[in-house]
Amino acid sequence: MAQTMQGEERPLPVVAPLGLDRWRRAWSSKLPPILTAVTIIIVWQLAIDLLSVPIYIAPAPSLVIKEFVTQFPLLISNLLPTLFEAICGFVLGNLTAVMVAVALVHSRLAERCFYPLAVFLHSIPMLALAPILVLIFGTGQAPKIVIAALLCFFPMLVNMVRGLNAVSPQALELMRVLSASRSEIFWKLRIQSSLPFLFSALRVTAPACVIGAIVGEWIGSAVGLGALILEATYNFRSPLLYATIFLSSGMAITLFSLVAAAEKRVIRWKAGAID
Amino acid sequence: MHAAQAREPRLTSEAQHAVSLRDVSVVFTAERGKVRALDGINFDVEEGSFLTMIGPSGSGKSTILRVVADLIKPSTGTVQIFGRTAEDARRRRELGFVFQDATLLPWRSVLDNVRLPLEIGRRSRGEPLWSSPEELLALVGLEGRHNSLPHELSGGMRQRVAIARALVCRPRLLLMDEPFGALDEITRDKMNEELLRIWRETKTTIMFVTHSIPEAVYLGQQVLVLSSNPGRVREQLTINLPNPRELRSRDEPEFVRFTSQLRSILETC
Repeated sequence: MAQTMQGEERPLPVVAPLGLDRWRRAWSSKLPPILTAVTIIIVWQLAIDLLSVPIYIAPAPSLVIKEFVTQFPLLISNLLPTLFEAICGFVLGNLTAVMVAVALVHSRLAERCFYPLAVFLHSIPMLALAPILVLIFGTGQAPKIVIAALLCFFPMLVNMVRGLNAVSPQALELMRVLSASRSEIFWKLRIQSSLPFLFSALRVTAPACVIGAIVGEWIGSAVGLGALILEATYNFRSPLLYATIFLSSGMAITLFSLVAAAEKRVIRWKAGAID
Repeated sequence: MHAAQAREPRLTSEAQHAVSLRDVSVVFTAERGKVRALDGINFDVEEGSFLTMIGPSGSGKSTILRVVADLIKPSTGTVQIFGRTAEDARRRRELGFVFQDATLLPWRSVLDNVRLPLEIGRRSRGEPLWSSPEELLALVGLEGRHNSLPHELSGGMRQRVAIARALVCRPRLLLMDEPFGALDEITRDKMNEELLRIWRETKTTIMFVTHSIPEAVYLGQQVLVLSSNPGRVREQLTINLPNPRELRSRDEPEFVRFTSQLRSILETC
């Protein structure tokens, strides 16, 4: 029987590209943005040289690179506290949001009580909230972590509530025919089908937590990339300012890439409707 | 042991009936008032038989399956499955359900999808009666694909996995809601042939909803014809073609007689 079955339905081929081929493909996708970036840097350098722009208004890229190398120890010693705050805020904010989302999905009452509050909290500009948090938590790292966590909280909450509800009605009927309990439906169905939503929120919040930590440092801090940005600005050290900004965005991009890599490992199935 | 005894047919007047519906009506409350989906449905399904259900859309074929599976409570009337309530039958895992879409969990491999029912509910009772997922995958002709993910399979293969999953708890009653409706005709013919073989080998009672007249006649020992607005039983035909049936027998005059009879009944529904 099995033999007669083979011919009639052909499975979709799963083609793994060969090593060399894969490199070539990866490069052909990465080359255009790299070329664009290099062109922008060259134009920037030429513009500053030709128009003789003063350093304190805008530094040439060559100066920024030089500053990056000579001030490397200073940059790193300020990077580490910011990274710590960002990661703590990322974990705290996302974890809380996931737990709140689970509660909201399970209880109509909880949803009616807390969801409007969460929207209200989100509508407060973070820069306005930051001084309040400094008053409450002092000038240590705690308020920075809380600000980073708050920036992560809302995107994750909204996505996770949607994700936990994004179960196909037919899959729910299947679980009911099997007499599955609520907790079985939750662990075997809802959590799994929410994973794509979870990761899309993580992609948004990975750079957001860096912003949160830096904003927190602006309000009151002697160390961290945020503090270094303020200090460089006040002292007209624009090459240092630019180097710090590039380092901040590098950190955000790295966190984003880590999330994307984790997503690729965890979700091997095609996202979309259950069928 | 306990479970094995429980599965013996009971010595009541309903013993020979796997399913019996008495005056079953279903009324849905929609936005614009109430909709009567089923009205005074009466029929019986004998244990071990294969019943197909056919009718125009809106005749409540799927609703009947969902009432039997205890997914919808009837507004009036009674449903008995092996002499008990539908809820009892569902809780005792006597039902298997195959949907129009395979409804596989996309993150689980083929084998893990078939295992899903075994991971749900209490494990102590009835376990020795369960079939092994590996055997079932062989039964549906998918030996080599245990570790494939659903999106790597064709539509027909996905539906085979769904059938294996429905059989893993050894249901006494298998409910199928247009399971092959989305497949091309060649695949559908093969699946029909396979399903008859599975029915013979497992001796499970099957209720099968379809839109296709040849499918209804080819598969069914009985065909239940429904009319629409509201859903009522129009006729219950007995298809006394010889068994086991072959695909070729579809061209024989006896078969054609049944399909044309069914077509003329459906024209008046």
